[in-house]
Amino acid sequence: MNIVVCIKQVPDTKGGVKFNPDGTLDRAAMLAIMNPDDKAGLEAALRIKDETGAKVTVLTMGLPKADAVLREALAMGADDAILVTDRVLGGADTWATSTTIAGALRNLEYDLIITGRQAIDGDTAQVGPQIAEHLGLPVISYAEEIKIDGDSVIVKRQFEDRYHELKAKMPCLITALSELNEPRYMTPGGIFDAFDKEVTVWGRADLKDVDDSDLGLKGSPTKIAKASDKVAKGAGEKVNLDPTESVAYLMGKFKEKHII
Amino acid sequence: MALEEYKGVFVFAQQVDNVLDGVAFELLGKGKDLANDLGTDVTAVLIGSDVKGLADQLAEYGADKVIVVDDPVLKDYRTEPYAHALASVINEYKPEIVLVGATAIGRDLGPTVSARVKTGLTADCTSLEIGDFPLVAAPGKESEQKHNQLLMTRPAFGGNTIATIACPDNRPQMATVRPGVMQKIAPIQGAKANIVEFNPGFTPNDRYVEILNIVKAVKTTANIMDAKILVSGGRGVGSKENFKLLEDLAEVLGGTVSCSRAVVENGWLPVDLQVGQTGKTVRPQIYFAIGISGAIQHVAGMEDSDLIIAINKDEDAPIFDVADYGLVGDLNKIVPALTAALKAELGK
Repeated sequence: MNIVVCIKQVPDTKGGVKFNPDGTLDRAAMLAIMNPDDKAGLEAALRIKDETGAKVTVLTMGLPKADAVLREALAMGADDAILVTDRVLGGADTWATSTTIAGALRNLEYDLIITGRQAIDGDTAQVGPQIAEHLGLPVISYAEEIKIDGDSVIVKRQFEDRYHELKAKMPCLITALSELNEPRYMTPGGIFDAFDKEVTVWGRADLKDVDDSDLGLKGSPTKIAKASDKVAKGAGEKVNLDPTESVAYLMGKFKEKHII
Repeated sequence: MALEEYKGVFVFAQQVDNVLDGVAFELLGKGKDLANDLGTDVTAVLIGSDVKGLADQLAEYGADKVIVVDDPVLKDYRTEPYAHALASVINEYKPEIVLVGATAIGRDLGPTVSARVKTGLTADCTSLEIGDFPLVAAPGKESEQKHNQLLMTRPAFGGNTIATIACPDNRPQMATVRPGVMQKIAPIQGAKANIVEFNPGFTPNDRYVEILNIVKAVKTTANIMDAKILVSGGRGVGSKENFKLLEDLAEVLGGTVSCSRAVVENGWLPVDLQVGQTGKTVRPQIYFAIGISGAIQHVAGMEDSDLIIAINKDEDAPIFDVADYGLVGDLNKIVPALTAALKAELGK
């Protein structure tokens, strides 16, 4: 069985956000990490590998430095890694990104494709379902649980007020929630091996059945009209008092504002 | 693609178990504004099984027309038959704008349909308006500026950047819109829908996944998006049991308990109480953030609250950057004392 996990390198927003003096986001100061939902997807794939001996390939589209998340995935236990990188792919929206990744996936054998539900930088949740659409595959988004059942997968699919237990015939695409599992750590041996392994690098020429007009900034139907870093709302008052005084302070504010 | 062939504003009217979702009414409210600006009308697209009876409600909330795709195969949401239904409606009626709620259904249906009809989709919009693209024409290129474009504004990067997006060369212009952001109109009592029935035909194949089981979560509380006062807890609350402190505070104020993502991940509270980028967007009159550090994903979901009160033992917690009043200290001492003080004050 062949599983391909699509992962993305994103700036870490969890460990605290860094701001420039003018209140804008300081991206350069933030660490680049493997997107959390993607990491859960990778863990789900590795658990299937532990059980069935499936082969796990990780694939990312990004700048050459995205090599780092592929090495991390190899150190966690992935078998192969592919970096899709090319200048002409830059500035892609979700349509152009999903077209690119689908073009790369057409070169591979897969029974199951797993992506994260969404990346923490863009938060669109679009690329997974769009890849499935380009490849003509069934898609199950928002997976909380994944089980292999013969030539099918059984997935717990989350909604706001319920879940559906769904069965899809493979090949299919699943988008994973970070609630799915607790990803394993890299092992020291794995880290060692990961840096010896070869990462396959693909460019535009390696994408199958893809038109130039569907790639990169030019191939993106959505265009940015305006972008601005939102200036953080100014902080209000902060007090560091003993509990009784704190409560008295807040009760005073409530009265002042006629809340009580 | 002849762009001018595409006319009208379409809204996906999400229903589950034959009950319309509130976001359908919100989208109709916004859709009507956009249609007025464009000199066109707003159409609801109602997809399901035995759903025709819901059409009049959509008319009450502003739908000029309701396209009904009614088929037994559409009884419960599945990506494929729903995507086929909506994509077929788009190909048949050629709307210039399609709005979909950014729900767990809409965020699956929207991308699939946009890829199928080959157009752009802007996710999780918080503001929509009609305007020019580019916003300002380049000197000497005034004739290249396009008018009457849908300008879609959305937060990205956990709410720290704001982008306005256009889709100038493809139709329809598609957006998913966060629930709770747009205003519904006051219902027009007794309005009757102008119904158009449409069925593209459904041929099940491997892309039609099988539903083995549907498990509904037990309704725990009122919808946190409707709450006037939210008492929200994070990892710092420490345990499921300790949420009792927050429930007591909520009770004395007539509020509702909500939480951050960490709490859901720890299994302390169900996901329908989660505030934030991957949870719900809330804007109550008072928001208590208790033991919540204030990751930007959380802040994105609550920063528009009228009054924010943060209680946290870490005085450098980023939540204090958005709080109107911040109390540095032990929530285990402050929260019960506050509950007692409020009880005494309100009991007078």
